[in-house]
Amino acid sequence: MQALGIDVLFKGTNMQRLLLGLWVSLRISLISVAISIVLGLVIGSLMTRKNPVIKVFTRIYLEIVRVMPQMVLLFIVFFGTTRVFGWNIEAETAAVIVFSFWGTAEMADLVRGALISIPKHQYESAAALGMNEVQIFIHIVIPQTLRRLIPLSINLVTRMIKTTSLIMMIGVVEVLKVGQQIIEANRTASPNAAFGVYGVVLLLYFIACWPISMFSKYLERKWC
Amino acid sequence: MAFIEIEHVSKTFDIKSSAVEALKDINLSIEKGEIFGVIGLSGAGKSTLVRCLNRLETPTSGKVIIGGENILELSGEALRKKRQSIGMIFQHFNLLMQRNVIDNVCFPMEIAGISKKEARIKAMEYLRTVDLAEKAYAYPVQLSGGQKQRVAIARVLASNPQIILCDEATSALDPQTTRTILELLKHINKEFGITIVVITHEMRVIEEICDRVAVLDHGRLEELGTVHEVFSNPKTNAAKRLILTKQSEQIEEQIIKGD
Repeated sequence: MQALGIDVLFKGTNMQRLLLGLWVSLRISLISVAISIVLGLVIGSLMTRKNPVIKVFTRIYLEIVRVMPQMVLLFIVFFGTTRVFGWNIEAETAAVIVFSFWGTAEMADLVRGALISIPKHQYESAAALGMNEVQIFIHIVIPQTLRRLIPLSINLVTRMIKTTSLIMMIGVVEVLKVGQQIIEANRTASPNAAFGVYGVVLLLYFIACWPISMFSKYLERKWC
Repeated sequence: MAFIEIEHVSKTFDIKSSAVEALKDINLSIEKGEIFGVIGLSGAGKSTLVRCLNRLETPTSGKVIIGGENILELSGEALRKKRQSIGMIFQHFNLLMQRNVIDNVCFPMEIAGISKKEARIKAMEYLRTVDLAEKAYAYPVQLSGGQKQRVAIARVLASNPQIILCDEATSALDPQTTRTILELLKHINKEFGITIVVITHEMRVIEEICDRVAVLDHGRLEELGTVHEVFSNPKTNAAKRLILTKQSEQIEEQIIKGD
């Protein structure tokens, strides 16, 4: 145990602190995921409209998110706005803003893809049966869209959870930062702590993401 | 007045600033209880024409009168009611994959507000008509193409239609299965007196079941007459072309069979 450096986690309240850090990570990512799903559904449906203005704006938005590293976005929102606009945004809020900004774009693109993948004859067939637009949406479009969407969006959710490890760079004390603090505090007493503590952090991420990933697999099997 | 009257129907699509004329001044009348065929190559406008009959497409100009009612004047609820009396079957069957066969057949009845119990009893009847009662609790993925189309036909029957539109309904099926589906359509036509409009690019479909046929080419109605008339004595180039393809197909088949 000494050699692997796991022992430090059993000193004092270290393990509790680490779990608390995990909660911070999950809280931020889950809030962002919730916002992203709601906004992504709205923007994704807008993207299927033929309005050229909407098309240009959503395209630019999507491209910005695709090419900008999340870390740069975090720095701009957290540090940049403070100097230029004088905004004092909490680090956690900044993180939620950036992750929602990112998640919404990706979610919207997934929604768009799922919606346009429904062939025209499906709408026609439904209309020919005498269904109105709302009925077509509820009975035909939503079930098929969800089926295509859920495995893809779950993949996005796990990516968002993993990427929250970046937010320690703007001073949020989440699971990775707590781990670092524990290692620093025990540098002399247990020099091997880096391996053990980061290993446990890895395990915590795994415990958080794996069930979600399994759930997605289950849905894919069930629906295909 | 005939049951279905198509008067001076034109349809122009605006695709990227250029106008495509899909239908040019079509005039047709289809009698009640008739099996009417529309044949043409891809892009001839036959799909657009059949979609004008249940207003999936709205003609740019002209009139479509069904049972004395100009359907271009209908909207909202009235249009949906009318559509329920005009069934349509497609090349892709379009069944609900997450519902089993009987629930698929019940679906339009549920939409029309018929109680579940009554819908089930009727659905079973229609499944018997299409000879698929034993598959009532199977899911669409477990069915062959021909069986799926039978379910689609049962589903159409469930809304008690006066007309059935078949949009390339047999084009995804092999010749043997095509024949059984066509026989079923013929049976439905006789048994229930339902008018059937068949859209296809296959001559043999027309030959097999249609009373009269219209030849469509580049959005124009080129020829109209009984199947015998048109096929034995084609007058226009469009009709001749179709018949030539048919003959070469037959020759090919004979070669394959080794005759």
